[in-house]
Amino acid sequence: MSTSKENQALVVRDAGALALLQDGGRFGVRHLGVTQGGAIDWVSLGWANWLLGNAAGATGIEITLGGFVVEAQVPLTLALAGGDLGATLDGESITPYSRFRVEPGQTLAFGQATSGLRAYLALPGGVAVAPFMGSASSVVRECLGGLDGEGRALAADDTILAAAAEAAGSDRVIETPPTFTAETVALDVTTGAQIAQFDGASLFAAFNEHWEIDARADRMGVRLTGPVLRNGAGGMISEGIPLGAVQVPPDGQPIVLLNDRQTVGGYPRLGALTPLACARLGQCAPGSRVRLRPVSACQTRRLMQAQFARWR
Amino acid sequence: MNAPHPRIETVAYDTLTVRLFETIDEAHMPWILAADAALRDRFGEALIDLVPSYTTLMLHYDGLSLGLTEARGMIVDALANLTPATEQEGRHHVIPVWYDESVGPELVTLAERLGVEPAEIIRRHCERDYCAFALGFAPGFAFMGLVEEALATPRLSTPRQRVPAGSVGIAERQTAIYPMRSPGGWNILGRTAVTLFDRSWEEASRFRPGDRIRFTAIDRDTFIEQGGDPTPMETQ
Repeated sequence: MSTSKENQALVVRDAGALALLQDGGRFGVRHLGVTQGGAIDWVSLGWANWLLGNAAGATGIEITLGGFVVEAQVPLTLALAGGDLGATLDGESITPYSRFRVEPGQTLAFGQATSGLRAYLALPGGVAVAPFMGSASSVVRECLGGLDGEGRALAADDTILAAAAEAAGSDRVIETPPTFTAETVALDVTTGAQIAQFDGASLFAAFNEHWEIDARADRMGVRLTGPVLRNGAGGMISEGIPLGAVQVPPDGQPIVLLNDRQTVGGYPRLGALTPLACARLGQCAPGSRVRLRPVSACQTRRLMQAQFARWR
Repeated sequence: MNAPHPRIETVAYDTLTVRLFETIDEAHMPWILAADAALRDRFGEALIDLVPSYTTLMLHYDGLSLGLTEARGMIVDALANLTPATEQEGRHHVIPVWYDESVGPELVTLAERLGVEPAEIIRRHCERDYCAFALGFAPGFAFMGLVEEALATPRLSTPRQRVPAGSVGIAERQTAIYPMRSPGGWNILGRTAVTLFDRSWEEASRFRPGDRIRFTAIDRDTFIEQGGDPTPMETQ
């Protein structure tokens, strides 16, 4: 990859906890055992991209928990959205859901998460990177995607190039940015799959009690702890698993399967979190509380169409 | 076999699972492959992903442009008058394997359990064509079967942290090859030098669902000639 001065954009000084190149995800390849990948909070990536006039799914940087530090090599417009990870530009606070200018030598540093878990940094035109199977999404476990195609997380001294010299959409402002401070987050679930095999008390509990986000949470899935859910599904034959699937292993504690999930699995499911709920879950810290709320597919479709309409 | 009656189940707002069968049987695969082709054809650009697996196909369509009811109708339409795919539609692969205790520790434990020589286990593992029922777990990892009943072995009670790339194993009545080094609980019998997943290939994966696979035994020298890494299991 070219590293000439003209093309350089950002140099990573500290990779922090976890920083990955992510886009809208890798599709059309699930039957080969290749996972979806893509931004966990695709809505926030979409807003960061929108601020620069990029396509919603253009490649950006997913910064988890903080500690990420980059230095600008050229004058550049960037945009930030998602959780508040205490970003500063040469010590001056940068709030999420804004676009800002950086000059050569300036340092953008992320501190710790004060709300949400993941921040998304967009570059003009997106990050310039060769896609694999239609996507630049980094999947560490599969050794696919990212800067060198081998899936690794960003590391110190990596150079990140922008696909365009100048950002579009200079007049774009987000009037009322989303926040991630709700005490209990309601997560919409499309019910289905093996839900009929759960007993009545378990179904009542699933949708009426609170769930706590467990520390066992990553890009593959998030474990919820709460009431024990029972079902009579027994040993299932493995089948394809959609994004957001709420699967319940024999211990009765659900796991919500996210972007880097395995493509097939054999635990009974209550249904799947909607894509919007998956994005929201991606900002819920361990220990926080959520509720599961059944929602119709029609209603979800309307909400999804409305979300994409905002980015037109 | 008569045409199966598909059941269509909602699994996400933009995803339906088509259930064709209730049991694992190689005779089901021609129907699954036929359904795969018909659904790809019917959905065209609106298809995002289609994942066949044993008894089902999971169909992820563009939920912004298609509603659930419309998508169900399209599935019913696509699967009317389904006829099973012919044998030629799946591809056939021969995979050379160096079966040896050093790279396949369970070769000996399985032989001891059955009271036969390891050579007998090798002969029986190589005796039949296996069908790739589904790909999952990792890119290019094919769940193949069925191995004969007597060779069926439960997964290790404690999975290994690192199973080397190319390891060939058995779990219950299924057999598989690890495309890349990963954790895993299958009973390992040997190792192949054949690459299963390569980013530079057009489809990246050597196997597709419905492919047929036969293993053939090779010696250590041939394995090394083919580019295999003979490092014993324990030290990797």
